[in-house]
Amino acid sequence: MSEKISLPIAADQSGPGQQSAPRTRAQGGDVMSEIEADVKGQKVFLYMKGTPDFPQCGFSARVVQILQHLGAEFGSSDILVDPEKREAVKVYGKWPTIPQLYIDGELVGGCDITTEMFQSGELQSLLGASK
Amino acid sequence: MITAEEIRAKLLEAFPQARVQVVDTTGTFDHFDAVVVEESFRTLSRVRQHQAVYEALGDAFRDRIHALALKTMAP
Repeated sequence: MSEKISLPIAADQSGPGQQSAPRTRAQGGDVMSEIEADVKGQKVFLYMKGTPDFPQCGFSARVVQILQHLGAEFGSSDILVDPEKREAVKVYGKWPTIPQLYIDGELVGGCDITTEMFQSGELQSLLGASK
Repeated sequence: MITAEEIRAKLLEAFPQARVQVVDTTGTFDHFDAVVVEESFRTLSRVRQHQAVYEALGDAFRDRIHALALKTMAP
């Protein structure tokens, strides 16, 4: 999972077994590369239950609230509508629960850690430092 | 279903030097509070500390523990 990915050059998309840029399932990738595309495609990404407008879980809602409070732009994915991804996300992040917050492609944590890092100011610097 | 003592044993297997406390918060063998105080956590971020604990619990976590409120720290 931490294997290097090759640069996303069109010429590199041949041959089976070859490393290529992460692709979504819609683009012919598997669910793991789709997750990689999610978390590396934007600086802040949240796997959650429900959507930012309609969270379906108090823990997911709290992370959304923190991100919105800090004015952070973030992508999100509702794992309740995607059982395959729901399981894959747990494996990818080595993390058994949802929500999962990623910044700069790295797992920050779930609701508890995100909340503590918000209270300590660490989250703010992580968001500020990331480009 | 798993007992607090079984969880504690699993954690001590992975972290023999750690101070480990596990409480069955509901008495229903599936909701637990755990505290792990482990020297090797000193250099790990919190997310890595928790990942190390989840890894130590392995399948037990997925299959037998419904909820685990986890606190990790270095001594």
